[in-house]
Amino acid sequence: MAKRSFLIPGVDKRLLIKDSLKVMPDLTRRRFIAGGASLGALTLLTGCDVVDSSSADALLARVSKFNDAVQDFIFNPDALAPTFPESAITKPFPFNAYYDLDDAPDVSAADWKLEVRGLVDNKKSWTLDELYKLPQFTQITRHICVEGWSAIGSWTGTPLRDFLKLVGADTRAKYVWFQCADKDGYNSPLDMRTALHPQTQMTFKYANEILPRAYGFPMKIRVPTKLGFKNPKYVVSMEVTNDYKGGYWEDQGYNSFSGS
Amino acid sequence: MSSLTVTDEQISASRPKVIQPAWVRVMHWTNAVAMILMILSGWQIYNASPLFGFSFPRDYTLGGWLGGALLWHFAAMWLLMVNGLAYLITGLASGRFRKKLLPITPSGVLHDVRAALTFKLAHDDLTVYNYVQRLLYAGIIVVGVLIVLSGLSIWKPVQLYYLVKLFGDYPTARYVHFFCMAAICAFLVIHVLLALLVPKSLRAMIIGR
Repeated sequence: MAKRSFLIPGVDKRLLIKDSLKVMPDLTRRRFIAGGASLGALTLLTGCDVVDSSSADALLARVSKFNDAVQDFIFNPDALAPTFPESAITKPFPFNAYYDLDDAPDVSAADWKLEVRGLVDNKKSWTLDELYKLPQFTQITRHICVEGWSAIGSWTGTPLRDFLKLVGADTRAKYVWFQCADKDGYNSPLDMRTALHPQTQMTFKYANEILPRAYGFPMKIRVPTKLGFKNPKYVVSMEVTNDYKGGYWEDQGYNSFSGS
Repeated sequence: MSSLTVTDEQISASRPKVIQPAWVRVMHWTNAVAMILMILSGWQIYNASPLFGFSFPRDYTLGGWLGGALLWHFAAMWLLMVNGLAYLITGLASGRFRKKLLPITPSGVLHDVRAALTFKLAHDDLTVYNYVQRLLYAGIIVVGVLIVLSGLSIWKPVQLYYLVKLFGDYPTARYVHFFCMAAICAFLVIHVLLALLVPKSLRAMIIGR
């Protein structure tokens, strides 16, 4: 799903942004009504694909940044996502991606290695066999998609925070950034507090079976406190970093924190 | 004594009474803008994964695509919440809700519904809401609170787990959010229709008198 841009004939982008700006900062201002009403009327008149003008985008992006900060502020690292009994598992658990299953990465277990980069003491790469030897735990949690649907699944793997400790990661860094094997180079940043959340997991199994290709073989990062697109699959590397490197969906406008 | 009364009447006749104070008007229209932005972007979000066997027509959605709709929804959310909260606090603290919306009695509602359906409902005194209006306005305040609470619980189901519990679980909260939207749309249709039938009520909501 590529980002679409809509230009509306007859709409002056600069006037539009002026109106929107009037609306945002001061609720009590009289002009607010005029600005708001004209924005509302515009919404109706233009068939509501309103304002994908770059300036309105910029305003919305600013509010989204603010929402990142708010979500970070209310994030409680001790709050656990609800867990469920096996009977609650969604069957079949849906395959979901912006490509068909046939186009999903087909990773060879023998060739695959997890690269560890950035602010870590031990930058050695990990084979699958080495990772499988780490202590693993199972959790049954709800996956919530940015589209609104949700599904309950059973995930088994190693807590990411244990692995970060093992490789001597600087846990004061801001992000752990994941790169995936998808041909478009899917990637996504995870804020460090979420990376250290007890339920954030390097997942190797689904329903007690080796993680199938559909769900991200050989490794996905399962983050029950985030929306689905912040749960990277087919992971090939992780980087501990202070830089915000963006992400596949984040760069297209999805809110970066996207916590649940 | 009597001359005093006459003077009073003259004064009130020359300066018509304010029906809708400024704060009500500002918050009403702010809310109208916020609601429309929320509904239209919400329809686009719904279309990404419909709860029922239909989608909303693309022409009546806001944002262009799911990501854009989410940006609009979570921006207008602040407008709706700040304005809504200010409205609730002012309405309760000033006693306006109590004075305007209470009491709501079943017999009163029944009487006024009957009168409305036979076009006998009087609108001479706009300062007093009839029982149909009281029920609708009080009801929509409750729906407004519910849609915000259900919205918060599907936005932050882990952090605000107690809100999710209030509705049962995450999918239920989604349905509650949807049906509150439907109730608000139904209210909007009736509300706008009635405002057009009694234009002086619309004028009062714009200029106050």
